[in-house]
Amino acid sequence: MFEGKKVMCIGERDGIPGPAIEKIIESAGGKSILSLTQCFV
Amino acid sequence: MGYPVVQGASYILAHAPDLVQYGSKPRREIPKDPELLEKIQSSLRDFTAAKDYPPHQVFLGNREPEELWEMEQPWYENALQNSPRKGKWGEIFPEEEFYGWLKIADQFDLIHYTKEATEKIRAALSDHSLVEPEDLESLGEGDSEDQIKNFISQGALELYLKGDLIGCIRDGHDEDKNLTADILLENLSVKTTGFLAVKSLLENIDQKEEDIAFVINCGEEGVGDRYQRGAGNLAKAIAEMGGLENSTGADVKAFCNAPMHASVIAASLIDSGVFDHIVLVGGASMAKLGMKMQGHLENDMPIMEDVLAGTAVLFSKDDQVNPQIRLDTIGKHDVKMASSQQAILSALVDKPLQNNGLTIFDVDKYSSELHNPEITVPAGSGNVPHNNYRLIGSFAVKHGLLDVDELDEFEKKYGMPGFSPTQGHIASALPFLGFARERILKGEMTRTLFLGKGSLFLAKMTKTSDGMSFILEENSNSTQ
Repeated sequence: MFEGKKVMCIGERDGIPGPAIEKIIESAGGKSILSLTQCFV
Repeated sequence: MGYPVVQGASYILAHAPDLVQYGSKPRREIPKDPELLEKIQSSLRDFTAAKDYPPHQVFLGNREPEELWEMEQPWYENALQNSPRKGKWGEIFPEEEFYGWLKIADQFDLIHYTKEATEKIRAALSDHSLVEPEDLESLGEGDSEDQIKNFISQGALELYLKGDLIGCIRDGHDEDKNLTADILLENLSVKTTGFLAVKSLLENIDQKEEDIAFVINCGEEGVGDRYQRGAGNLAKAIAEMGGLENSTGADVKAFCNAPMHASVIAASLIDSGVFDHIVLVGGASMAKLGMKMQGHLENDMPIMEDVLAGTAVLFSKDDQVNPQIRLDTIGKHDVKMASSQQAILSALVDKPLQNNGLTIFDVDKYSSELHNPEITVPAGSGNVPHNNYRLIGSFAVKHGLLDVDELDEFEKKYGMPGFSPTQGHIASALPFLGFARERILKGEMTRTLFLGKGSLFLAKMTKTSDGMSFILEENSNSTQ
């Protein structure tokens, strides 16, 4: 479903981290152009 | 001789409403909105409200963590009236006393108060059990108001008390971005709160200052200059201020996970016979004052992040009484591991327990990151301890030991509500250490698992995360 799409992967420390989202996006055919994780505490 | 023990832990708070504007978030947002500073100032709590705030009374040891579940929320509207400022583990300091200690911590004449403020601060501090005559002398006489204004006109940062200008802090160097007044204020705040935690610890336990051989600072702030940013060593500076004359020290850095690393390193140094007594200390995170203020203002709440915090723990060789750190059950998040919450908690909880023939239920309490949800939830950051307990419980579900419908009960029995200020490393598991030690000594519990996580990715050096855990257990050699 992400074939040909460029995706910004912004994750959260206590949720799903950026690299995990990136892997999912790439496995679905998308291209991650940014992957980072934020911490809100 | 068995594994090293925890002889005691201290927790202190310093009410600092006038420093909220210097927290990282307020400092970035105030220039964008000319009305914001006034909104912040009109939403600050007074000392009594901060003292009587239920989670603070738990932090200081006057209430048990689980009591918070029974107390009506919002806790900030249901104060524990007339609570003492001193608790089992330490105390909450009013801002003017904190300013006094800040000046005493300053060896480079960076902080200047007016003559009037100096006298007020001296009077406030004079009867305190931790203060020595030379401390009061080091406050000096104070400066004239003109001199303070002169420093401020040259770039010094204003210091306020109850909204009134009382002094300033000067830059430490003309050109060094690492020694500007705001950074030095942060660093001196760490030193001061760390010192207060160490002194409170030693005031409450039967161990002489001269017996402490080493201090490990696990605070997040990196002190240094232009050639060695973050070089340290705050541990030694705190040891010096605390009169630990036979001690040296070092800083351990790992974001919020540093207290876990520092605890394991301290216990290991004792277990290997290098030192007999080591103090772990973590000072405040001034940058996190007002961090969630936007969520609080939007919800018509007081600014909840108005306190600085400090903690200290004394690790000692086995005394056959106090609970021990099980060095054979350390959990750690390795480089090869994924950074998902499931992977981290598997490494910190599931694996070390399984490797030692224990189940999830063999631990009486899990002490995770204990951020107060009343601070984080209104800002959209969720209830961190609650989420962690759900995930820990899910391992029991996975192993067929627990039904998914029983996760709430699991949290009630094996968890606790968050009660720590959102002071980064301070909230990371250790706030329960005093309670855990006490409950184990009373025979109410056998073991507690402490786990912390660190957001290494924030430094832009790696995308990985960090985590570590250890178990505190009743003394296997106990003669009592």
